[in-house]
Amino acid sequence: MEFQYTIWIVALPLLAFLINGLGSGKLPGKISGWIATIAIGISTFLSYQTAFQYFSSPSRDKIIAFKTTWLRFNDTLHIDLGVLLDPISVMMLVVITTISLMVFLYSQGYMKNEKGYDRYFAFLSLFSFSMLGLVVATNLFQMYMFWELVGVSSYLLIGFYYDKSSAVAASKKAFIVTRFADLGFLIGILMVSFYTGTFDFEILTNPDNLSFSTTASFLGLSTITWALLLIFMGGAGKSAMFPLHIWLPDAMEGPTPVSALIHAATMVVAGVFLVARLFPLYHAFAPTALEVVAFVGAFTTLFAALIACTQYDIKRVLAFSTMSQIGYMMLALGVSGYGGEEGLGYTASLFHLFTHAFFKALLFLGAGAIIHAVHSNDIREMGGLRKYQPITHLLFLIACLAIAGIPPFSGFFSKDEILAATFATHPIYFGIAVAVAGLTAFYMFRLYFIVFWGKEKTYDHTPHEAPTIMLLPMIVLAVGSVLTGFIPFGHFISSDGQSLDLHINWSVAITSVAIAFAGIVVAWKFYKTESDSSDKVARSFGSVYTSALNKFYIDEIYILITKGIVFRLIAQPLAWFDRNIIDAFMNLLAAITNWISSQIKEFQSGQVQKYAFIFISGVLIIVLSFIYATQ
Amino acid sequence: MSLQELLLLRHEWALIASVLILLVLELNFSEEKKSNSISSASILFAIVTLLGFLPAETGSTFGGMYVTDPLRILMKNILNISVLVVFLQSGAWLRTKNNYNRITEFYLLMISSVIGVNFMISAGHFLMFYLGLELLTIPIAAAASYDQYKSKSAEAGIKLILTSAFSSAILLFGLSLLYGSTGSMYFSEMEFSTNSLQILGFVFFFSGLGFKISIVPFHLWTADVYEGSPTNVTSYLSVVSKGAAVFVLVLLLVNLFDPLRQVWQQVIYGTAIFTMTIGNLFAIRQQNLKRYLAFSSIAQAGFILLGVIGGSALGMASVIYFVLVYVFSNLAAFGVVIAIEQSAGKINMKDYNGLYKTNPRLSLAMMLALFSLAGIPPLAGFFGKFFLFTAVAESGYFVLLLIAVLNAVISLYYYLLVVKAMFINKSEFPVPYFQSDYPTRIALSGCVIGILIIGFYSPVFEYIKQLCLASL
Repeated sequence: MEFQYTIWIVALPLLAFLINGLGSGKLPGKISGWIATIAIGISTFLSYQTAFQYFSSPSRDKIIAFKTTWLRFNDTLHIDLGVLLDPISVMMLVVITTISLMVFLYSQGYMKNEKGYDRYFAFLSLFSFSMLGLVVATNLFQMYMFWELVGVSSYLLIGFYYDKSSAVAASKKAFIVTRFADLGFLIGILMVSFYTGTFDFEILTNPDNLSFSTTASFLGLSTITWALLLIFMGGAGKSAMFPLHIWLPDAMEGPTPVSALIHAATMVVAGVFLVARLFPLYHAFAPTALEVVAFVGAFTTLFAALIACTQYDIKRVLAFSTMSQIGYMMLALGVSGYGGEEGLGYTASLFHLFTHAFFKALLFLGAGAIIHAVHSNDIREMGGLRKYQPITHLLFLIACLAIAGIPPFSGFFSKDEILAATFATHPIYFGIAVAVAGLTAFYMFRLYFIVFWGKEKTYDHTPHEAPTIMLLPMIVLAVGSVLTGFIPFGHFISSDGQSLDLHINWSVAITSVAIAFAGIVVAWKFYKTESDSSDKVARSFGSVYTSALNKFYIDEIYILITKGIVFRLIAQPLAWFDRNIIDAFMNLLAAITNWISSQIKEFQSGQVQKYAFIFISGVLIIVLSFIYATQ
Repeated sequence: MSLQELLLLRHEWALIASVLILLVLELNFSEEKKSNSISSASILFAIVTLLGFLPAETGSTFGGMYVTDPLRILMKNILNISVLVVFLQSGAWLRTKNNYNRITEFYLLMISSVIGVNFMISAGHFLMFYLGLELLTIPIAAAASYDQYKSKSAEAGIKLILTSAFSSAILLFGLSLLYGSTGSMYFSEMEFSTNSLQILGFVFFFSGLGFKISIVPFHLWTADVYEGSPTNVTSYLSVVSKGAAVFVLVLLLVNLFDPLRQVWQQVIYGTAIFTMTIGNLFAIRQQNLKRYLAFSSIAQAGFILLGVIGGSALGMASVIYFVLVYVFSNLAAFGVVIAIEQSAGKINMKDYNGLYKTNPRLSLAMMLALFSLAGIPPLAGFFGKFFLFTAVAESGYFVLLLIAVLNAVISLYYYLLVVKAMFINKSEFPVPYFQSDYPTRIALSGCVIGILIIGFYSPVFEYIKQLCLASL
């Protein structure tokens, strides 16, 4: 097996986690950062090596590079741990290790003066380990385990500033919401494995081997559709799809590099990866589930884009933008077919995942550099920063152009494929996608103009350019944001493993670029110099604007449902039942036990003659019972 | 008789030799150096224990009076290890002034009793079995009254000898009935056919053996003797003497009394329920930790009977495995009790209040031991109970299983009482910090490691199961 070394890609970050975690507080100076960075650096190198080796051979088969049986139930059903290499997992390895490496480097500058430096790098390494383990999972169960590990490390990192109550609340919220979604995932896994008798992706992703009854079983949907919908629920939770998205904006309480790594480039696309991983299954047996995926994706992309236009916290704008872009990916997956040109959506989705990782990570790191300089998240307190941070300004502009889909930046190519895929199948979704392209350009440049142009604010001290160790990773990511669009992605990744030629659909491309320019121009008009024209327009939208500003009140609806309905109508009666019936019954049992215990203590009198009497009586009772029973 | 046949008795030879060597050594120790026998006895017994692990052969000798096979060897080895632990824990107590002149006596009595244990396990004939049983009991009765300046100790010795004489009489009566109805006392020749004479004989025999295991209603001696005896002897009684009787019971029921299966399953069904329940109900009320552990060991005996009832290889293996785990858990618990008794002279539950503050490591060891006895995962005790319950479920006794599970819950309550005392309760005068001697610490660490590891190391159970399958 020439790929056996791939186990080290996963193992090295774990090693770094163990060293930093166990040595937390005892390691000298800032060595923990370098331990973590070097570990992930080697992983990155190995991932590139793997990608080069894997993609240079024409075959796109699944390769099991490493495998060990962990729990064995019977011959077919067992839980393995291993490394599975196929086009999407290799692509994900490259994305995760690259972004991780950049974020690790950047963090060394960003976190320099924070306490808990060792802890930070321990958690960050744990996250990278979990994420890498997730994408190379050979079976659903391994994926689930790492899925949860990813959830835990995300929880730990969001709550990194644990003395800040908002961070604690945000970490809890993120954990509980995604955990709730994972419940669906787990049930889905159990259903799939119950009907197929296996967890292995090798078997699950080969629909020819499987047969399911597609007749309706419950509420008009077949069992497998339900199972895949539940699995998608898990994916929707991690990828912050409506209505399970409420944790993502709050998750921005974590350190900014964490947001870049986890809540922009890697973890949040796990849901997309999950659906892509099981795509053959979805396509063959549950077209209804795919329609749901498409609908949720389309809805979320529009919904989040609208909210993003109204927010003032720089990281929250980016968070909603992330949701919107992931909505794009889900939409593309949902409308995709299998094989050949029909599978364009699949390729487009993962292409966008790939390019998005670069420019979105860059945007977050840029935001981090800005926050680092002005010590605020609020864009109303920023302005005219291009003079103070020329390099950051340039890099941020590149990222904005990329996400807005302006050629020749990478976002243009991947977004164009998504639009083309929807154009070919669902005109309504196409309309939504184009509208969102315009909105994206608008809100990104709104941010850009306010922060870098606009009127200069009074700063506590003069904002300064970020140090080299922070700029360097950003430059690398900017190069990625420019160039990754030129990768002939279809040659590497397609729904059926056959090479797919991507070409630009000019009518779609011109429409989308035109509308993106329109968005930029509007943003330029409103925000290049500070004026109240934007407020006037906003006011003219009236209630739509206020509800978007308040994130369409989804958080309030959640509170209403949980506090008002679930707590009051279900939890409180149950609590009463638990206290007054169940506990009381247990207390009664305990009281009875105690009473009997006090009643029989006379037997233990301490007198040997009584003991002998009881002894012989016991013997006689046994004997008599036999005599009586045999008669 | 060839040398080959004599070598079959390796365990017994080694024990007898160690008794003789100890006697000779004792004579050579000067008056001031009597305590040398502590280390020499421990080392000797460690060698004996190690010798037991040499590869052994299956066979019988003395005309079939004595039989041995790998399963019996395993049983002897388990018990040897327990005795070694008891010895390691005894040093501090034997060094006290009152015992100084009689140190060797203690070891001689104990090893003699172990010789009885070995012959009893290897018996191929009821007379051999009976001799073994008596050899097991009588030295222990002497050891129970070892604390000659304590009236409780004398009382314990007298009670033990009286009640065991009584139970021996009943057992012998049962044996004579069995002999009368089958015409032989060789296990290999006895044939059973469930006539009422045999049932009567069996019930009497079972009562006599049940006395050793402390099965209700033959258990009443347990608490008084456990309380009065020196704690080291109590620990021996609760582990070695009980374990040996359990092993013999399993061996005889599954092989010899197999035709009487209908009968003994009913007897055990009833007594198991009573043993578990009564043991637990009494344990709840105890304040003295030795009495507490006495009733706990009665309840544990009830659980052990669960594994016997199926009469299958799985049941047998689960019993042996459970005893193995019980040995470590109980010896660890007793080890802590002994250490505290020696250093502070305290033996009541309330004396343990706040122990964690002053002696954290000891408290942790005690906690692990009690958790293991209660069957809390992931400790070995959990797996022991798990296999027992599996065996019961496999035999289809679901009502019995339900009662057993309820009893496990009750037992959790009183095991946690001590843990609560150590970790949560506060005390103005906790037992002050102390450090016990090296052998005690080695023994305790060994037990704790056993508790932590045996459950996870699955080959242990697989090995026992194979031996049981082979012996059926």
